[in-house]
Amino acid sequence: MRSLLKRVLCFIAGIGLCLPHLAWASGEVATNLVVVADTRRVTGFLKYIANTYNTDPWLFAVWAVVITAVWGGILGFVMDFIMERSGLDLKSRKIIEH
Amino acid sequence: MDWLYMYMPIAGVNILWPGLVLIGFSVGVIGGFFGMGGAWMVTPGLNILGFPMAFAIGTDMAHIAGKSMVSTMRHSKFGNVDYKLGFIMVLGTFIGIEIGAQMVMYLERLGRIDAVVRYVYVLFLALIAFMVFYDYAKAVRKKKAGAVDGERGTEGLTWYKAFHRINIPPMVHFKTAGFTCSAWLPAGVSFLTGVLAGFLGIGGGLFRMPALVYLIGCPTHIAVGTDLFEVMISGLYGAFTYSLKGRIELVAVFVMLTGAAIGAQIGTVATKYARGYGIRVAFGIAVICCMISIILKQFGFSNSSAALILITIALMCVYISVIMFKGAAAELREKKAAKQASHPLS
Repeated sequence: MRSLLKRVLCFIAGIGLCLPHLAWASGEVATNLVVVADTRRVTGFLKYIANTYNTDPWLFAVWAVVITAVWGGILGFVMDFIMERSGLDLKSRKIIEH
Repeated sequence: MDWLYMYMPIAGVNILWPGLVLIGFSVGVIGGFFGMGGAWMVTPGLNILGFPMAFAIGTDMAHIAGKSMVSTMRHSKFGNVDYKLGFIMVLGTFIGIEIGAQMVMYLERLGRIDAVVRYVYVLFLALIAFMVFYDYAKAVRKKKAGAVDGERGTEGLTWYKAFHRINIPPMVHFKTAGFTCSAWLPAGVSFLTGVLAGFLGIGGGLFRMPALVYLIGCPTHIAVGTDLFEVMISGLYGAFTYSLKGRIELVAVFVMLTGAAIGAQIGTVATKYARGYGIRVAFGIAVICCMISIILKQFGFSNSSAALILITIALMCVYISVIMFKGAAAELREKKAAKQASHPLS
């Protein structure tokens, strides 16, 4: 067990040591990317989101997480409602590995 | 045919929205079955639809978070999610992802790191594939010899038994997963898989699912459910950080999520009718295809790489859907027969 752990740790340390050298050898420095959302072709809530993207990155990030979670939750409940009407037992299962 | 195209205000491109729904659906099926986000499948798909690469990872992350939420809800009803284990792992995953992301930023300042990331990715995928197939071969050999490891049946690799002997307090009992171990074991494993995930810019399910099975000792079904819970949390965190960097297209996320919600039901319910080793071997095949696609990309065969991923997605979707629909049809037939037996005149 100890020898296995030692091997794994040596392997991880080796990769860690090699990475900067590989990156150094691989090419020129990357440049930053600046993107501005086009607010001319959207209306309503999408326009608000596009404006927020351009003006307030923190608020945009919060909106992104909240909307994703809420939309995922809504879809989950809707699909659950539909699946429960399929007649399948969706609350139990047997675990058989092999 | 303009109605088939949707304008993405942040990326500034018109995208074929049924294509987004299809990608979401496929990844929903595969992710729900294997317990992973499926970023490696989404990125080339988005690229083929005309999505700029700069937005692909962030859009993936948010879509994965929402999709995993739908899958986790379904797995939770089956009793496949060990929340205690999931919460312990979340902490290690977050710290790990942040350290991995910092490593990438450090390497980015030095120069282009695409090649480095791909080499590391391929190396770990090769290790996982080897582990999965070695485990399967060993389990088959043991089964033929008549060896049984307990209530789970025959198992190939049982490394987790050695790790469970680590006695560093606090020792925690995980009721759903059915074992007791030091809390440091899942915390440490999630930290390491988190570092990898952050470094490679992926959700981490590809590494965490086998780690849960082989190192922590979860039954395959519970590994799938618990990993999806993890993917959901880390995906939301990833969505936040990538949104801050402006690398996300929210409109695409919602369209993809709609398809993913349907696909996730198929993938998740299919686990009910699949044996643990069936899931593991299919997972191993998916890992090999992912690995070959990265190698092809590294050597400049981008089209072949994307084609391989799309073919893998299509075949896996068909395989999982067949398992689900055959299992569901058999269950409904049994229920009908039982009902007729109890009420013969009705």
